[in-house]
Amino acid sequence: MSTSPQTLTTKDVAKVGLLARLALSEADLERMAGELSKIVGFVSMLGELDTANVAPLAHPLDTQNVFRDDVPAASLSTAEALQSAPRHDGECFLVPAVLGESSAA
Amino acid sequence: MQPLEMSAVDLVASLRQGDITAVECATVFLDRIEATNGSINAFLAVDREGALARAADIDARRKAGKPVGPLAGLPVALKDVLCTADMPTTCASKMLAGFRPPYDADVVARLRRADAVFVGKTNMDEFAMGGSNENSAFGPVRNPWDLSRAPGGSSGGSAACVAADMAPVAIGSDTGGSIRQPAGLCGITGLKPTYGRVSRRGLIAFASSLDQIGPMARSAADCALIMETIAGHDPGDSTSLVVDVPRYTDLIDKPLTGVRIGRVPEHFAAGLDPEVAKGVEEAFAVLMAAGATVHDVHLPHAKYGIPTYYLIAPCEASSNLARYDGAHYGHRAEPGKGHRAEPGGQPGGFESPLVEMYCRSRAEGFGPEVKRRIMLGTYALSAGYYDAYYAKALRVRRLIRQDYLDAFQTVDLIGGPVSATPAFKLGEKTDDPLAMYLVDLYTVGTNLAGVGGISFPCGFTKSGLPIGFQLQAPPLAEPLLLQAADRFQRLTDWHRRRPQAMEGGKA
Repeated sequence: MSTSPQTLTTKDVAKVGLLARLALSEADLERMAGELSKIVGFVSMLGELDTANVAPLAHPLDTQNVFRDDVPAASLSTAEALQSAPRHDGECFLVPAVLGESSAA
Repeated sequence: MQPLEMSAVDLVASLRQGDITAVECATVFLDRIEATNGSINAFLAVDREGALARAADIDARRKAGKPVGPLAGLPVALKDVLCTADMPTTCASKMLAGFRPPYDADVVARLRRADAVFVGKTNMDEFAMGGSNENSAFGPVRNPWDLSRAPGGSSGGSAACVAADMAPVAIGSDTGGSIRQPAGLCGITGLKPTYGRVSRRGLIAFASSLDQIGPMARSAADCALIMETIAGHDPGDSTSLVVDVPRYTDLIDKPLTGVRIGRVPEHFAAGLDPEVAKGVEEAFAVLMAAGATVHDVHLPHAKYGIPTYYLIAPCEASSNLARYDGAHYGHRAEPGKGHRAEPGGQPGGFESPLVEMYCRSRAEGFGPEVKRRIMLGTYALSAGYYDAYYAKALRVRRLIRQDYLDAFQTVDLIGGPVSATPAFKLGEKTDDPLAMYLVDLYTVGTNLAGVGGISFPCGFTKSGLPIGFQLQAPPLAEPLLLQAADRFQRLTDWHRRRPQAMEGGKA
């Protein structure tokens, strides 16, 4: 990591916004470019540390793997699983077309 | 003594002895909520009908000589990050407005089996992201000690409702200080248990390797009582520890003779409010008078805690919050007309109608801080940046954890401030996200290391705001944390103080 702070452009922010599935207005892009650059600049202080010989720690537990007994148990009914869905047909979640151009393209 | 002023331990005893019925008890607290919530905004949902029905059932069972649970009739408030099958669960987000989970969180199920009575769901920072409760989509919580100040966060509603006598006990969650910091700023006691001690199933996920549920109450003894119900292995959470739950209430009443408490000199560097520093030093003196010894210890990587946390937590959040897609549950943007002309069209378009629905639903449903963290996490995990940011933070996390393990070779507990300042004014830090992140300075290390911590009041400023003291302990040393806090509370009365504005039942 470079210790010189990264700067995010509005183009960078737009790309991350699409990856994050967040629609962003022009004003959002401007504001976030500034805010994220500041935060990224701050967290870049980790670059001061030499961690070449330190293994990553993703989780505080020593546990390596966990098994449980393989026994059947009740799961949610279809009705329960669909109870909070914005759109459904009683069996499936309904969503817009997965392929094709969006209105904003 | 009136129920509003009683400890949870005493309330449970009074209920058991029949001095008060569960219905009477629930009514007192529900009336208190009705009278004060307008000024505090601690509750997002109050379940008067459900609570009274539950209380009546407990009274009937007790009268008939049938078995009742260990907390029978005790009113409990739940942070709105915990799934409840019979109450809305919103995480204080427009994304989940009106959402009804299909199941109870494990903690909620355990409390139900213990016959606790849920009075309602408490306000919080949206998706538990924040340190002031100002990120709630349903308005900020006000600190009962000074209504112009923030209660802290993210469990601000849980802290404020206990401080304002709206519930004797509340459940919170702590990812980087979200139990301890608001407990400190509201003058109550809050325990963040060891990672894995309490099941996270049904806790709406923010950062899964850091999140932990814990009790918030007026005293360590009350926290001990609640831990006996909520701790323990849950097959539904593979990270919950397969370790027996001790009888915390039996273990805490012991002298502190010979207990070694570490004091971190770096905690007292510039930035620490002098009144807070004084209160904390006095707390060390009380603990020494109780038989503990105090020793300097160092956490050399402590200053890297905030940047490490603000990479790891947003990375995990960006992944966890990907589930809010407008398809399965939660807010969904209305399709179609006029979108082409609106601002918000990503340059280059949305790839497909489905992706457009995702992007618009999430843009409408999430508030600014949640979006900021999702963006930061997505950036830090994206191709070309993963090693420099996320992987780097994970390596520093190991150094931070090792600091704690090394320190606990020479001391049994680490003491210090919870927050650098007392409660700050509402709006004081909202324009500067980075300034808000720094409020977690003394608390994030506990979560990164996966150890336990407790916060409790150790004094007041001249202007009458609570000062919090924090103790941190090695993994699974909750009995010692609770013992030390309980001993402190037997020698002091800070935890018995009540907000002036709250006295007489009026806000």
